Amino acid sequence: MNTLIAIIGLGVLCLLFEIMNFRKAIIPVTILGLIGILGLTLSEINSPATYHNNMIVVNKFSVAFSSLFIVLTIFLVALSDNFYEKHQTKISDYIAIKIFLLSGAVAMVSFGNLSMFFLGIEILSISLYVLAASDRMNIKSNEAGLKYFLMGSFASGILLFGICLIYGAMGTFDIAEISELSQSAELPSWFFIGIVLLTIGMLFKIAAVPFHFWAPDVYQGAPALTTATMSTLAKVVAMAALYKLLTAMTVGNIMALKQTNVKRMLAFSGISHAGFMLMALLSATTAAGSLLYYATAYSLAGIAAFTVLLYVCKDKENEEISHFNGLGKTNPILAAVLTASLLSMAGIPVFAGFFAKLMLFTQTIQSGYLIVVIAAVINSIISIGYYFKLILAIYTKDAAEEKQSTPFAFYAVAVLAIVMNLVIGLYPTLIMQLLG
Amino acid sequence: MNVLLLLILILVGALATFLSGDKLASKVALFFSVAIFGYAILLLNQFNIGYDISYLSPWIANPKVFMILEADGLAMAMVVLTLALTPIIIFSSFANKFNNSKTIYALILFMSFAMCGTFLAGDGILYYMFWELSLIPIYFIALIWGNGDAEERKKAVVKFFIYTIAGSLFMLAAFAYLFTKTHNFLLVDFAMVNLTINEQFWIFLAFFLAYAIKIPLIPFHSWQANVYQKSPTVGTMLLSGIMLKMGLYSVLRWQLQIAPLTAKIHIYIFVAIGIAGTIYGSIVALRQKDLKRLLAYSSLAHVGLITAGAYTLTLDGIRGAVLQMIAHGFVIVGLFLAAEIINRRYQTNTINELGGIRTHAPKFTSFFMILVLASVALPPTFNFIGEFTLLYSISQINLWYAVLGGTTIILGAYYMLKMFQTAMLGETNKKEFSDITLNEGISLSIIVAVLLFFGLYPKPIIDLITPSLESLLVSINRFG
Repeated sequence: MNTLIAIIGLGVLCLLFEIMNFRKAIIPVTILGLIGILGLTLSEINSPATYHNNMIVVNKFSVAFSSLFIVLTIFLVALSDNFYEKHQTKISDYIAIKIFLLSGAVAMVSFGNLSMFFLGIEILSISLYVLAASDRMNIKSNEAGLKYFLMGSFASGILLFGICLIYGAMGTFDIAEISELSQSAELPSWFFIGIVLLTIGMLFKIAAVPFHFWAPDVYQGAPALTTATMSTLAKVVAMAALYKLLTAMTVGNIMALKQTNVKRMLAFSGISHAGFMLMALLSATTAAGSLLYYATAYSLAGIAAFTVLLYVCKDKENEEISHFNGLGKTNPILAAVLTASLLSMAGIPVFAGFFAKLMLFTQTIQSGYLIVVIAAVINSIISIGYYFKLILAIYTKDAAEEKQSTPFAFYAVAVLAIVMNLVIGLYPTLIMQLLG
Repeated sequence: MNVLLLLILILVGALATFLSGDKLASKVALFFSVAIFGYAILLLNQFNIGYDISYLSPWIANPKVFMILEADGLAMAMVVLTLALTPIIIFSSFANKFNNSKTIYALILFMSFAMCGTFLAGDGILYYMFWELSLIPIYFIALIWGNGDAEERKKAVVKFFIYTIAGSLFMLAAFAYLFTKTHNFLLVDFAMVNLTINEQFWIFLAFFLAYAIKIPLIPFHSWQANVYQKSPTVGTMLLSGIMLKMGLYSVLRWQLQIAPLTAKIHIYIFVAIGIAGTIYGSIVALRQKDLKRLLAYSSLAHVGLITAGAYTLTLDGIRGAVLQMIAHGFVIVGLFLAAEIINRRYQTNTINELGGIRTHAPKFTSFFMILVLASVALPPTFNFIGEFTLLYSISQINLWYAVLGGTTIILGAYYMLKMFQTAMLGETNKKEFSDITLNEGISLSIIVAVLLFFGLYPKPIIDLITPSLESLLVSINRFG
């Protein structure tokens, strides 16, 4: 609860800075504030509590994920200074929106009530719509923002419809009560329709197959930093929230849902990381730790990779692979970071991505879904081919242009993110014990 | 004193090499690799007089993973092989001037670290980590310092990489499945699980895919000749001398221990796959025009026979396999060095463009001759002992298999000697060929000395490996 209030306070402070003309201080102050909030959050890990008639529930799950989101936001804010060089006047808006986005994210993992959950996801989504369109003069960015907005509202509608049906079946928005009621044998069929609609809405938001059609356009059109936000932070948030919702609501009837999940799982191999995280749902009762671990590993590698992408594709029209040619010679450090993060995503050992996959595999096999694991293995092999295309370009092609100077923030974020990834790869227990 | 320190030392060596700068890198790498080899011998000595040099500590709480390095005779034999070949490989490459040499020498040491780890690991996950780690340095060595057309090289190397990773991912899935039975990844527990015949079959296949690609066995060999040819010689030496032994070693250590019933039931099939590889490799080698490709296919033939021996599940078979692994490791490194020496002088490895080198370089010719004869398993070389034991063990399974396998010795003699004749003998070559330098002479002498010494006196190695192989057999035969 304190976390949420502090984050919103920080967001308001950012807006005030604009009025008071402290624009230059905004990024350092925000980062310091976020680090403080991180400490505040972690201090709550061993004191679970509920606030305001169960609207907000603070427990290990919410604290662990909130901390991850805060760390990711710190990285994203650190990158902003350079990225918005040409839009200095708007910088407080961008930063404030990112902080509000974080507050939505935190609400989405610490809700105790479906209405709170909906508020969280709307705050998150609206922030993302604005960020997607934030390159105002660029028609592509505008297009991305509009498309994202239309698709997102559509998904929100479905989501809300699902929540209504659940309310109709249960007579309450409270997660704990719903969870209790769902244990009983006789449930109206629209309860399940509600859950399915809720799931579809969330899958829309994380762009999982088969609800992913909007993703390529929006990802390409939006400014690169926003894409980074969408594909690391927002995706992980939505996964965590979906996990929390489904485990809470289907404890008694999870078998029925699992059947459809297996079939869907096979279709999911396309957008693979969302699919991998969905695997955690198959062994829902024990998988919270694996999910947190996977989310951390994936988003840290993602941040590192996107940082390098921001550096390479700065002042470029698009993000073609050819821009990465010869990066190994022009900037060996960032090339090494990108290689490491791709290796992590491909699941090569020592990097956290490997252990993340391993934990999901063992857990999924333990719950009896051998076929799903085999499908996931085949999918991993395909993804390696894709990742290595980039590594090849980095090391074997010659660079087209001279080295450009790299701002310190880029080095700091890229190296820090990949080092954290390595550390949790070597000591997975660090993350796993958070949920103890 | 334990093997953990050994691994840390290699890592330190790799790091020091990387930090020492391009000029000093080769010498620093050599210094460390020799010192590490010395330490390994020291450890081996400790092991022989009965000290426990293994290492065990918990690592990850959930899922339970241990940092366990198990040093028994078999593992130590492979570790010492790796660490003996590493300085030879580094030293013999002194004449090659690499760009960015600090990186390549650090990568060589790092690879030797990962391979030693693979031989020592006693926990499935630790083993898998080392197994995959060893792939990354060789990927970059072959990709960046390789020769020939860059585009073609890229294709060959990426194919190799994806092939091997694909295979090992199935192994990972097998580990995950075994985990559900034992709730940890320890090899000792895996080896005691009572799996049904059906379960063993699928686990065996998953392992088989990983190892058959790495070794390689037909029909999974298609990456091999291309990668051997395109890699720089140090890379080829690492691949053929040590890395493929990782696959063979893993067959003994992991696959046969975990799923022995499948190997027993289908013994004729798996021995036959090995022998088929031998025959196929020999026949294809006959037609090769490039020296490195010829050696690659001869390597395919040799490892085929080693695999066949290992799958006989007899003490003679697996002992012969290990002996031949060590012998083959030295001889193939020597042969690739000879190919490199020719390449340094003539800038080609096409056999038909050579010829008449003998009169220019009598010393080189003698060394090359000994290596060729060792490769075709002539007594008193070490390879004779390995090959003979292997054929003997195969004859215990089926006499006709042994006869078929035996033909490869004849075929091997034919293609190796034919290559030697075309490349080295005949009319004096018009191009000048300077005889071996001191550096090359030392490298070749060490290899030849090892091959001859253990050919005459293999007892130390046999004594070292036999006890652990016997306990391996007990574990393999536990289903009666």
